[in-house]
Amino acid sequence: MVIHDSVIDLIGNTPMVDVSRLSPNPAVKISAKLEGQNPGGSVKDRIALNMILRAEEAGELHEGQTILEPSSGNTGIGLGMICRLRGYKLKIVLPENVSIERRQLLEAFGAEIITSPGEEGSNGAVRLANELIAELPDHAYLYQYGNEANPDAHYRGTGPEIWRDCPEVTHFVAGLGTTGTLMGVGRYLTEQNPDVQIWAIEPPTGELVQGLRNLDDGFVPPVFDPSLLDRRVIVRARESIEWTRRLTLECGIFAGLSSGAALAGAAKVAEKIDSGSIVVLLADGGWKYLSTGAWTDDLDEAEAKASKIVYF
Amino acid sequence: MAVEIRLPTILRPHAGGETTVAAEGATVGELFADLTSQFPGMKGQLLNADGSLHRFVNVYVNDEDIRYLEQLDTKVAGTDQISILPAVAGG
Repeated sequence: MVIHDSVIDLIGNTPMVDVSRLSPNPAVKISAKLEGQNPGGSVKDRIALNMILRAEEAGELHEGQTILEPSSGNTGIGLGMICRLRGYKLKIVLPENVSIERRQLLEAFGAEIITSPGEEGSNGAVRLANELIAELPDHAYLYQYGNEANPDAHYRGTGPEIWRDCPEVTHFVAGLGTTGTLMGVGRYLTEQNPDVQIWAIEPPTGELVQGLRNLDDGFVPPVFDPSLLDRRVIVRARESIEWTRRLTLECGIFAGLSSGAALAGAAKVAEKIDSGSIVVLLADGGWKYLSTGAWTDDLDEAEAKASKIVYF
Repeated sequence: MAVEIRLPTILRPHAGGETTVAAEGATVGELFADLTSQFPGMKGQLLNADGSLHRFVNVYVNDEDIRYLEQLDTKVAGTDQISILPAVAGG
């Protein structure tokens, strides 16, 4: 056994597990990549680390500096963990309607939380952070939505790991948040095999976001290249919870709500193709969603609660 | 043929506060032409001056984004569910 210098060394190289028993098509294999196994508990540890390393290399960060970042939680938690070890302070602009566990984890890592209006969703956190940083010239702004180190973390890490562990992959399915996972993995996999299809799964967040004045307040992350995707599909809260439960009860995998959504998307792919091998990325574990009652409440109640929070 | 379209909160004021409206057409583009003639205030919100889809607007036919189907030429039937949503990030 190796003794690692720090938990930073445990980021990436996540395991893949066969979940084909959930495939609606017996000729289609589904493999799940368990990003909840990262030390900070989500896929976002990868981009948090890569953004910090690239900024350090570029001389844009100095010890004791404060980093400001808009995040619906997971990127903030990954940054929080790494900032403790590398000597940075952290302020996260967080939508008020995220699960309580996301907020608590940020606090556990000593991050300062600046709350943005829930009715603006993640767009509101981006808007507020952009306004704040203009007044805080001494703060570092990694800005995951426009930082090439975000997709690059997946181009260098997640993508090659998938290709190494599952070279027979025909479809890659993952949730769409900053779009970094789909951009980096999508670019890497299609370079290896242009026939690999890239499917994006998203929640109907636009229905919850009531606080935008008009459609010009919409937001498309600058790192997004729409041409890399083959399909983009909405999976609603109820279906996300149903598949999150199936993952737990039938595969023993305790994953978060966006993972259930991604798996629902993988099942839709499996129904549409004759045969193939789907890799689905499960972005985080279930721990941060226990308070939503996703596993324990009546499905209607769980759906009502999940419909009010940002879980991507 | 009338098809039901679900509107996001921000567009509802242009349609008298309605959550869903009906429009006629065989493609999403035809539905939008009917929609914007019924509710002219939506025109600048949904489409660019050249008639293409506004970049911060996502349109879904049965939960699939039309940009990855046939864009505004995506065919629709009376049983399809159309949703218009603003572009929103996560992360």
